Amino acid sequence: MCLAMPMKINRIEGKTADCEAGGLVQAIRIDFIQDARPGDYVMVHAGFAIQKMSEKEALENLELLEEIRNAV
Amino acid sequence: MEGRITLDYGSGGSKTSELISSILLPAFDNPALAQLGDGAVLSGAGQLVFSTDSFVVSPWRFPGGDIGKLSVCGTVNDLCMAGGRPQYLSLSFILEEGFLFSDLEQIVESIAREAREAGVSIVTGDTKVVESGKGDGIYINTAGIGFRRAAFPGQSGIRPGDAVLISGSAGCHGAAVMMARAGLLREESPLKSDCRSLHRISGALLDCAPDGSVRILRDPTRGGIATTLNEFTEGMPFSIELEQDAIPVDPAVEAACDMLGLDPLYCACEGRMLVVCDPGCADMFLEAMRSVPGAGQAARIGTVTESLPGRVLLKTPIGGKRILTKLSGMQLPRIC
Amino acid sequence: MRYDCYFKNPERASELLEKIGVYASQAGRVRLMEICGTHTMAIARSGLRTVLPPEVRLISGPGCPVCVTPAGAIDMILELSERPGVLIASYGDLLRVPGSKRGDSLLSRRAGGAMVESVYSPMDAVRIAASRPELEVVFLGAGFETTAPGTAACILEAAEQKLENFSVLCLLKRTEPALRSLIEAPDFAVDGFLCPGHVAAVIGSDAFSFLPGDYGLPGVVSGFDPADLLGSVLELTRMIAEKRPGLKNEYIRLVQPAGNPLALSLMDEVFQTAPSDWRGLGQIRDSGYALREKYRPWDAWAKFGLRPALSGDIPGCRCAEVIRGTASPVSCPLFGRICTPEDPAGPCMVSGEGACAAAYQYGNSISQEEV
Repeated sequence: MCLAMPMKINRIEGKTADCEAGGLVQAIRIDFIQDARPGDYVMVHAGFAIQKMSEKEALENLELLEEIRNAV
Repeated sequence: MEGRITLDYGSGGSKTSELISSILLPAFDNPALAQLGDGAVLSGAGQLVFSTDSFVVSPWRFPGGDIGKLSVCGTVNDLCMAGGRPQYLSLSFILEEGFLFSDLEQIVESIAREAREAGVSIVTGDTKVVESGKGDGIYINTAGIGFRRAAFPGQSGIRPGDAVLISGSAGCHGAAVMMARAGLLREESPLKSDCRSLHRISGALLDCAPDGSVRILRDPTRGGIATTLNEFTEGMPFSIELEQDAIPVDPAVEAACDMLGLDPLYCACEGRMLVVCDPGCADMFLEAMRSVPGAGQAARIGTVTESLPGRVLLKTPIGGKRILTKLSGMQLPRIC
Repeated sequence: MRYDCYFKNPERASELLEKIGVYASQAGRVRLMEICGTHTMAIARSGLRTVLPPEVRLISGPGCPVCVTPAGAIDMILELSERPGVLIASYGDLLRVPGSKRGDSLLSRRAGGAMVESVYSPMDAVRIAASRPELEVVFLGAGFETTAPGTAACILEAAEQKLENFSVLCLLKRTEPALRSLIEAPDFAVDGFLCPGHVAAVIGSDAFSFLPGDYGLPGVVSGFDPADLLGSVLELTRMIAEKRPGLKNEYIRLVQPAGNPLALSLMDEVFQTAPSDWRGLGQIRDSGYALREKYRPWDAWAKFGLRPALSGDIPGCRCAEVIRGTASPVSCPLFGRICTPEDPAGPCMVSGEGACAAAYQYGNSISQEEV
């Protein structure tokens, strides 16, 4: 039961943030995201952000997959 | 049948088929009905195409349209898919006590606008009002008559090697309505219903189509592309193989589907046309469709094959294959 | 995110598959279990089974919270939905699940007049309660650790608003105790685990180190896109071939070793662990969450004096074995014949995430006929 999707934070108001994906904007609760800032990416599940993500980590993840593919 | 009607029976998927085949068809059996097309082709004075449809969409106003526009497009498109040139519509309202005049006026205006666009006249109608609490604000039924301009062999004319085309991107209407219903759509959202009359697109195609080159036309409404293509292959000696990468899906539809746990291939379109045709005509047809404003994304999405008769297959980006079945029941937003 | 497409449309998937093939033939036999329903769906949607070498079998475990909720609990919920003034708010997933009587679900009860609303977020249920003070709104809080912090937050919100007409029927489950119970069962036959990436985003990848640590079984915390799945299957196959079980984190763009500490502290504030009943696995110690005493006013179990009905499963239904991974969906005598997504007999056919529904809808039968 863990469908989730990455969204970008546009605006923050208290515990709620306007988050965007594919041009769609949703009010998402960010109760348990530390130091959330506009521009951050978060993984959203059932209306709540469950964790932050960064482009840097996404790149590192691609490199990791490359390593997995190339490891002998 | 035992039990009660649930919402699943109106979803357009296999439950709806079950209702039609077990209760309706046996009661009204006749050759025009037995074709089970979007519209019936009637013999008689010239050849008439006849169709009817009811509209119960909630909320009645959705991004990209409203129940009024939809009630014209729906019947106009059914006539077009049966090879007809739409001419006349009937219009019946079932209104709930308390419905606002201002809302009704808006709906009527959008009906008039779309009827002008589609070149049809509203020539007869009816209005009923039910008690407060016994309706969902407004229901509309339209029936339409068109003159037949082309004949298609239908399902039985489909041959292995034939091309499968679509006139635009998948699932916009279904995704937009589900998001609106879940209260998740903002005013400025790019997600809009694709609701439109198909007379120009089907007209452009028929203008250049050699006799017999079009096997079947269908607008993939309830149950989406996957369900409609299954109606083509069901019980037939061929299969349809789709290329996932070739199917146009708007980013907003993809995001909405990710959010609600839906599959764009099962979301309704209300302004798209599926074409199965002679592969030699595919490029010409695509060009003809793309020349119509709003159909620039028309694409060839698959091919008729013999690999798994009766089935619709989807080739995934990693080279895997999956079977697409008919929609079962209605789509519910999921979190898992 | 800018790099998303690379995970969705992996380049050189064929190279990964070739490598998987090499290690799989070294290993001889590779049985991998995914324990997240979203993985089950992602695997089915990508057609992964149809491209993996025959030595690699993917088995669906107890990862769909709807499927593991026993029939007795569903019967109890159905009965609750008939009480006057009660409105049930639930994720769409639970609405079709039948209790012990075939065809009897929240959806059919709604057709008969019960008040049932499907919601996207627990906060929607709180909003309904605030706007309809004349009703008793009960939110069905199903899910695993991914869903638990949001459920906790909605209880805190209800407490803050002093909402007296709102309560949560907590059905939340924990993955670790269920996995241990599965592994310690005599019929356990799995060589490695695809660990649930979104659960791990909350509880941390370290929470799965007991797999190699206590049982010598490899695990990879995996994302859900085709590239993630291929990479994770390759890592697992390699660890099995080389007989060097470990725990790897493939989903580093999301999952931290310690998870999300804020989410964990919120869960700890609201919930305590409790025994929980699982379809197919029975009652397992500490495998569920219950509301702490402090939040009792919002605990639907206490508020309505609920107890799960003592009802059994549907005769012939092999969901219990399917959930444990000891039977495949197609091996069930009901599968595709009298149990279909339109008319589900068992829960694994009901939930979109269920192993049977995935097998039916995405035609896993293609590969299973081949294997």
